[in-house]
This record gives sequence, structure tokens and C-alpha cells, in this order.
Amino acid sequence: MSERQTTYLHAFTEGLQQVMQADPDVFVAGEDVGRTGGVFHSFDGLVDEFGERRMVDTPISEQAIIGLGIGAAVVGLRPVVDLMFMDFVLVAMDQIANQAAKLKYMFGGNATLPLTITTMGGAGLSAGAQHSQSLEAMLCHVPGLKVVMPSNAHDLKGLTIASVRDDNPTIIVLHKRLLGNKGIVSEDAYEIPIGSAAVTRVGRDVTLIAYSRMAIEALAAAEQLEGEGIDCEVIDLRTVSPVDIATVLASVRKTNRVVVVHEAVRSGGLGAELAAQVQEHAFDYLDAPVARVGAPFAPVPFSPALESAYVPDAETIAVQIRETLDRPRLGPAG
Amino acid sequence: MKPDHQIIDDLHRRMVRIRFFEEAAGRLFEANKIPGFVHLYVGQEAVAAGVCVALRADDQISSTHRGHGHLVAKGGDLDKMMAELMGKATGYCQGKGGSMHICDLELNMLGANGIVGGGLPIAVGAGFANKYRGNDTVSVVFFGDGTTNIGAFHEAANMAAALKLPVLFVCENNEYAEYTARSRTMAIDDVVERAAAYGMPGRVVDGMNAIEVYEATRQALETIRAGEGPTFLECKTYRYFNHHGIQTLGMKYRSDDEVAEWRERDAIASLEHRMIADGLASDADIAATRTAVLAEVDEAIEFAEASPLPDPADLLANVYTEAGE
Repeated sequence: MSERQTTYLHAFTEGLQQVMQADPDVFVAGEDVGRTGGVFHSFDGLVDEFGERRMVDTPISEQAIIGLGIGAAVVGLRPVVDLMFMDFVLVAMDQIANQAAKLKYMFGGNATLPLTITTMGGAGLSAGAQHSQSLEAMLCHVPGLKVVMPSNAHDLKGLTIASVRDDNPTIIVLHKRLLGNKGIVSEDAYEIPIGSAAVTRVGRDVTLIAYSRMAIEALAAAEQLEGEGIDCEVIDLRTVSPVDIATVLASVRKTNRVVVVHEAVRSGGLGAELAAQVQEHAFDYLDAPVARVGAPFAPVPFSPALESAYVPDAETIAVQIRETLDRPRLGPAG
Repeated sequence: MKPDHQIIDDLHRRMVRIRFFEEAAGRLFEANKIPGFVHLYVGQEAVAAGVCVALRADDQISSTHRGHGHLVAKGGDLDKMMAELMGKATGYCQGKGGSMHICDLELNMLGANGIVGGGLPIAVGAGFANKYRGNDTVSVVFFGDGTTNIGAFHEAANMAAALKLPVLFVCENNEYAEYTARSRTMAIDDVVERAAAYGMPGRVVDGMNAIEVYEATRQALETIRAGEGPTFLECKTYRYFNHHGIQTLGMKYRSDDEVAEWRERDAIASLEHRMIADGLASDADIAATRTAVLAEVDEAIEFAEASPLPDPADLLANVYTEAGE
């Protein structure tokens, strides 16, 4: 089938539409997902095709929304449940972390949970501290969950299809500032494997590891630095749990320098975990400390003036890359 | 309507099976043969038995931290239950769950739950699936009076009522939330009042009377299967043992007299009395049931004790479902 330009938002809707067409056990439940098509229009049109039986408007009850998905999954359906904003994950954390993530293990393997949770993360819309967070580190800390955070339309569609077809509780985090971004997307119902990163730019001087919107900013920083003679390799993780550490290490062994970039607060973030894994497995290859770029240790501010200072961008990433490269390469003595 | 002989025998046997299993579990716990916690169901048998005798095999149940009785009543395998309590590889969960996570999906028992209220949204999800599939299977969820003070209960009750889902809410009001009296944690006398807030029919049932619980469940299931949405039963019952473990008397939070008063109304003893009075069973029949169940429990203990411990090599198995599994 043909490829064409489409938006990140539409790629998500189309991926969902295609898995729903193929599998009558897939349904979507959440606040405003049915008649309204979602507050971000991410479910637009699906109710017309699938009806209210499969596009279920629910009360504002995040615990019960996730529980609805868990119970339906345990008895054999393949639910997609929506949490609207990633911040609301915290409202439903018992159902996500104590129930969905653990049932299979606690039951000695006797339960299967083909459950997908969709939500919108990230700052940049002046949505304030309770509608802008990037909370993936909390989710990645819980064994039993998978977490995908695609940065572009092509990846989002393929990972949406893969997530719904996956037999584990999987959380798809869309970024609300990427919704209108266009990309080349196939009309096929294709999958991108969960847990596989993409090298989106090949380079030799430093490895940038990023995901979600920061993968776009990292690429922009790399392009900016090309003019300064700095050749960056960029890895878009795409999935943050499980992380494709093999792709990361292969790159580190080549470039010997690493900058991890995420929009979440730096402290206790995924960058710390990646830095630890890189030094555990590739310490001898490192020519500089693993650097982290992330938001400062503060809630997300409201005013555009503050928010733009808070969220990392290509400029702040470039500053860190220059610093990481300024450290002298350690060569053989003499 | 008076239930027939077979139903009464079934109620009796299931209650005895729960009582003896739980008393054995309590003894083994005291003897340090069961690690962790045990929250025993002794005293409340009429609720699990009364509800489960009224169910079909395809109806689901979801349970609580005090969940052994529910699985026994649904037909649970005592060998696998006891082995799980002891943390053995032959247990229901291969030693990965323990007392609070015991489950049997083949019996449509969707699991005990260590989080108060955690099972309610999940039970509503199973009810949703039944409606989605267009069958008349009912999802039954057991929970305590204390659970109705937690948010998940209210979200689940409202969701089930708003979406008209086939869910039976069975509140086991045993008058204590852990060690705190119900009267000190809610300002209403009957928990069932909360059902009305969600537009759900509800009634109070004598939770020490298995026949009454059975009848109330049977009637509730009829309306639920007819597509009329969820129903709420408040079964007033009592926990003989402590919240956790087996100590019964000499507790600061309740008087020994109170325990004795409830024991006077023991569900098993009163059903046996009635069976004899109505000519449904002789002393010898009842003794035969008790002897048979005791033997089954003894066999379960032997099975569990003889079973191997889990292999640490399996520590990481079943964190995820692997592709093609």
C-alpha cells in the first residue's frame, strides 16, 4: 500500500482503527473517547465506524477506567483504555502498578493482560503543573509494564498497533506538542517492535539518547552542531521500558561520549538509569562522563515565559554536547 | 421459597469446607508453617457459600485479602490452596502469590487482592466483558464494610451502575475495618445506603444465614441477568478471628462478650440445627460430612508439606507474557 504524509495524531487514530477492524475483541474506553472523539481528537471518527459498544464513554473515574480494562483483559478481551493526561496516571496508580503490572506474576502466570493504556504527556501548551508532566520514570520502575513514547507519526502508528496486539499491559504516551507534526506513514497495518530503538542520525563524535519530543529536539541540536564540525549520532529509544540497551551500547562503543535527553525532570529520571547501564556495560569505552539534559527539579510552570525556560530544547542540548566534547579525549600516553 | 434438600446440603458442605480449611490454615500459621499473613474467613462462611451456591460455573468472582473462603466456596482445590499458602511450587500461583493473591481463572475466580478495594474496578471490567460479549454471565465482587470508604469502591459502583453492567456487589459487613469498628469509620448504620447513591438496588441480608444469602443472591442474579444492571447485597456477618492470624479473645478493639454473642449465631451450627429439625439430615449424616471434609483438609496439608519449594531459577518467570506464549 502507499505511503503519504499524515499527522502524528492521525497516525495514532489510524493505527487504532486498523487493529479494531481486525480484532472484534478490541474496544476503547475512557473519558470523552466516544461521541466527542477525545479531547485531543485522537479518537475522532471511531465511534462512527465502531459504535458506542466499542467506543465507550466513561465517568471521570481513572481507577475504574483502568480496572475496566484489567478485568476485561483478564477474561479475554483486548482493551484500550485512555487516561487523557499522563498526570492522571497518578490517580490510577494502584490499578496500574499494583494490579495490572503484577497480576500475571502474582498468579503464577495464570493471567494474561493484553491491556493498552493511552495517554498524553509532555509540556509546552501552558497546561500547568498538573497537565504537563512526563512521569515515565515512575512507570519504568514497575516490573510488568511496557512503556512506549514515540516521537513521530511513523513510529506512533507502528507502536500503537504493536501495543494493542501485545499480551502485556502497555502504556502509549503521546506527546501533546507533536500532534500536528507530519511524517511519512504507510497505509498498511504495520508494527514496530516494542523495545527497539531507532538510530535516527548516524555520527561519530557523541551519542544523543532521547525519546518522545526530545528525540526531535536532539536531531535539531545535531543539525545545528554539524556546522561546528561536531558529528552527533542520535538514538530515538521509542520504547522506554524495556529499553533497547544493545543499540545504545553499540553506539557508545563507537562514539565514546553520551548525552541523554528527556523532558522529565533530570533528578531520578530515565537518564540516570541509562547513565548507570552505560557505565556498567561500557565503562572502558567512555571518554567523558555520561551527561544528562532534563527539566529542572520543579513542577512544570504555567506562563509561556517560564515554561519555555523549563523545557529543554535544541539550544540547551547543544550547550551540553559542546561541554561533553570539550573534555579531552584520552589517548595512549606519550 | 424454601430451597431444596440438595441446595441445603451444598451450603452446609461448602461452609464446613471453608471452616476446616481456615482453622487448619490458622494452626499452620501459628506453627510457622505458613509464611507472611493469613486473614481468615472463619465466621463469615454463610456469605461465600450462600453466594457461590447460587452462581453458575461461568459467573466470575473477585475477592479480597480475606479470600480463602471465596475460592473454597467456588470449588477451589484445597491441595493447591494449601500449597500456595505454604509457598510451594505446586500451589495455585506456584508460590508467587500467597494467601492474598490466590486465584483460579478456570473456576472464574479472578483473584484475591492485597489492596483494599483493588478488586472492585477489575470485577466491573469482567462485568463489562460479559455485557460486551452479549452473554448473561455475572461478575460478583466480595468486599468488606471498610472497603466502602475507599475511592475505588465509589468509582466502581458508579461505573457499573452508569454503564448498566452485570455486577453483583456483595458487601461482607463484619463490623470491623482491620481493628477499628465500623461505627467509628462511617456515619451510617447500613452500608447498603451507599448503593442508593448510585441508583443501584440493594438489600440487607443476614450474613450468618446461608439460606438467606443464597435466596437473596438468586433473586439478585435474576434481575442482573435480565440486563437491569448491578445490585448490592449487604451481608451482616462477623469475623471470629483477629484481622490477621487466629487470636480471638482478649483484644482491645472488641469485647469477648461481643465475640461470644456472634458465635451464638454461628452459621454452620444453626444450619445443622435446622437440617436436623427439618429431618433433612441426621447427626450421623452431619458427622459424616465433617469427617470427609477433615480428611480432605488433612490430605491437602500432606500434599502441601510434601510439595517442593519453588526453584529460584523461576524467579523471573511470568513478569511478562512472552510473544507466542
